[in-house]
Amino acid sequence: MDINEIIKPENLVYTKPRLMNDNPMHYCPGCSHGVVHKLIAEVIDEMGIEEETIGVAPVGCAVFAYNYIDVDWIEAAHGRAPAIATAVKRLNPKKMVFTYQGDGDLAAIGTAETIHACNRGENIAIIFINNGIYGMTGGQMAPTTLEGMKTSTCPYGRNVALNGYPLRIAELVERVDGTCYVTRQSVHTPAAIRKAKKAIRLAFENSMAGKGTSMVEIVSTCNSGWKMSPVKSNQWMEEHMFAKYPLGDLKNV
Amino acid sequence: MAKIKGAVVVNKERCKGCELCVVACPSQVLALQPTEVNDRGYHYAFMQNPDACIGCASCGLVCPDGCITVYKVKL
Ligand SMILES: Cc1ncc(C[n+]2csc(CCOP(=O)(O)OP(=O)(O)O)c2C)c(N)n1
Ligand code: SF4
Ligand code: SF4
Ligand code: SF4
Ligand SMILES: [Mg+2]
Repeated sequence: MDINEIIKPENLVYTKPRLMNDNPMHYCPGCSHGVVHKLIAEVIDEMGIEEETIGVAPVGCAVFAYNYIDVDWIEAAHGRAPAIATAVKRLNPKKMVFTYQGDGDLAAIGTAETIHACNRGENIAIIFINNGIYGMTGGQMAPTTLEGMKTSTCPYGRNVALNGYPLRIAELVERVDGTCYVTRQSVHTPAAIRKAKKAIRLAFENSMAGKGTSMVEIVSTCNSGWKMSPVKSNQWMEEHMFAKYPLGDLKNV
Repeated sequence: MAKIKGAVVVNKERCKGCELCVVACPSQVLALQPTEVNDRGYHYAFMQNPDACIGCASCGLVCPDGCITVYKVKL
């Protein structure tokens, strides 16, 4: 069969989400951020809440998310996205409000804001991209960096005696009464991507329904910071990250 | 059983040559251009073995940059 007989609009099964525009994304080749961006764009479109959505993106590689997903966005100072999102959602209770935060943001400078927003049960969805490193600034150690993992500020590997233990945020916010849904997902295979999309959808639905705070942690790669190819990074993530950050739902009430 | 035939179109200028689609394809359809590069210097993905495509969309799902459009027909 000639390929041009297959490539016709009526045979379309997959394409770039409608809400992701044509601006070339600045992310490194193979970065997990792009996959999660696509899922967010698809879910917003499928829920029909394009005009009801407000995203809050703080500092980190995804600070430019507003350039790529065509919904309303607010930029937040480093770590402050849950505080901004709190105000936005309280003033606009019918909107779907979500934050998009890295681990250097959420698990370091923004830990207090995050835990208190969860504890207040703010009706927001938190998308937490845990790649175990400060990607944007050149690959420094984050609170989530694995024991023994090398970064530019722990070139011999994270030493627990000196740097403490990798911080498991999902387990922390699961214990807080204001969270209604806490899950840990990944986007390294088609099956994982489909599951992560369902999780993002539930978190967004919870924000609309006013059920409390949802957190979707996505265990991710930063191949530039990790100094591996994108393919190798996914393998390394499976072999090392999932032991410390196991996938699955922690809470769904 | 109905036979299924797929085809993909790669947005070659958007592609960053990350190879994630190549390893995600269950039918070894895709490869990176060995010598050709796009305007930004990336060895972009292409259908090296188009006859094997089953239109499963695995490549499209894993592509971080949304470069891949997938089509499928039942024969
Ligand atoms: C108040 C403040 N402190 C520090 C910085 C520097 N800074 C920029 S991004 C970043 C960490 C980003 O890491 P993460 O949130 O994990 O995002 P990633 O790039 O890994 O996705 C830091 C420390 C800043 N911009 N503002
Ligand atoms: S530095 Fe890391 S997190 Fe940032 S775009 Fe590159 S791979 Fe992605
Ligand atoms: S649609 Fe499936 S079979 Fe076809 S190239 Fe993509 S991954 Fe391979
Ligand atoms: S996954 Fe996308 S960006 Fe990466 S090589 Fe394939 S088409 Fe190009
Ligand atoms: Mg990070």
